[in-house]
Amino acid sequence: MIEVRQLKKSFGVQPILNDVSFRIENGESVAIIGRSGGGKSVLLKHIIGLLQPDSGEVLIDGENIVGMNERQLLRVRRKFGMVFQGAALFDSMSVAENVAFSLRRHERLTEGEIAKRVAAALAMVDLPGTEKKHPAELSGGMRKRVGLARAIIYEPQIVLYDEPTTGLDPIVSDSIDKLIIRVRDQLKVTSIVVTHDMRSARRVGNHVLMLHEKKIYANCSPEALFASQDAVIRQFVDGVADAKENIF
Amino acid sequence: MNFLAGTWLGEWLVGLGRISALARDAIASCLTFKASRRDLLYQIYFIGVKSQSVVLVTGAFTGMVLTAQTYFQFHKIKMDTATLAVVGVSMCDELGPVLTALMVSGRVGAAIAAEIGTMRVTEQIDALRTLATHPVDYLVVPRLLAGIITVPLLTMESIVIGILSGYLVGTQLLGIDPTYLYYDMMQYMNDVDVVFGLVKSIVYGGIIALIGCYKGLSCNVGAEGVGRATTEAVVYASITILITNFFLTLFLQRIYVLMS
Repeated sequence: MIEVRQLKKSFGVQPILNDVSFRIENGESVAIIGRSGGGKSVLLKHIIGLLQPDSGEVLIDGENIVGMNERQLLRVRRKFGMVFQGAALFDSMSVAENVAFSLRRHERLTEGEIAKRVAAALAMVDLPGTEKKHPAELSGGMRKRVGLARAIIYEPQIVLYDEPTTGLDPIVSDSIDKLIIRVRDQLKVTSIVVTHDMRSARRVGNHVLMLHEKKIYANCSPEALFASQDAVIRQFVDGVADAKENIF
Repeated sequence: MNFLAGTWLGEWLVGLGRISALARDAIASCLTFKASRRDLLYQIYFIGVKSQSVVLVTGAFTGMVLTAQTYFQFHKIKMDTATLAVVGVSMCDELGPVLTALMVSGRVGAAIAAEIGTMRVTEQIDALRTLATHPVDYLVVPRLLAGIITVPLLTMESIVIGILSGYLVGTQLLGIDPTYLYYDMMQYMNDVDVVFGLVKSIVYGGIIALIGCYKGLSCNVGAEGVGRATTEAVVYASITILITNFFLTLFLQRIYVLMS
């Protein structure tokens, strides 16, 4: 279970999050939506302890991770897998070495066992036989799939996705969405997906958190969000710019 | 200390504090053997084996020019055969460790800062952290240990090739008597000269690796940030080596006097 209580974060004088609170139960699939630069990725990084807030609490299975040092956080982070916006693959390593990274560091397995687990993880993300390729040889969608294989190979309880479909064409985006749903259903993980793609949010989330003006503006099901008549929500769902923002 | 905020002195002190904290974390990690042997071997290969050519060329030509210059002066006072003794002491105590460290800092310090800096701006270091791996264990410790192991070995190579080149220049080009040249060198050189060189090079190996890692880990976002981190890694490591060399020389001499 993940619980965020009264989280506040600023970068210099610029406030990013102000009094953000919510709770995510085990096995839930939550989409965090909001405008670009609205603090979605910052919020995600607080959940896994990559950033420390100015104030507030982040509880993972009842344990407050705020104030923990980097070594204490390493223990908590083994519950998480994270897929980065740009995949963040280690570019000096092959696909197999990227995916096996965590197994080699934290588990005592033979090379044969590692190879089997890598092959299984790559098959799950529909990339069988790509073990020997390097990140530079992969397309954007393939890189995100490898990033997902790397994040799920050690069977974490929670998987975080930072804008998994950004920069991808609609067909590849659709396949990534299906993959997120497959991982959620097969591995029974809690999924948190940061996105500003409303179609994606509707498909992968059984719950939606909308960040607006540094706060949680909506905390509801995707159906309720899409049916809402609130002006702010409607504007975001329909993708309509304010007249004053229309500089063209 | 608020009055120092924003000044170059304040920033320098903050940087010094952060490098010290990084060194403390790295030493603590070394003592608990968290680094992988595979990564350490790769770094030994990268820093040690791949720096051979640049270190050997530097050592050889430094020994040769030092021999020639020393001979030109000593010849005036009929002390030709003492030439290699001066070259030997200079190479062991000062030129071998310092020039090797400067050359390695230019090649390796820059590469370390660029590699880690690029990892930082492409979120690879955040990815490491999400994979429950401490960046100090994975990135800093193998480089620090490899620097401490390989720079002394490279320094020894540089000293040997420098003296050997000096000997060849002295005997083959300058016509100095080989027997007396060798005899005088052995007469005036001490074991402690080699030990001083080794101790210094261990310190320099640590400085190069730590500053390279620190600059990479703290680099600003973007290509400009990586470029700046790379340049600063070389400049700061070189200056630190030269300043440390002076104080280390005085310190080691003091220790030697107290022990003898």
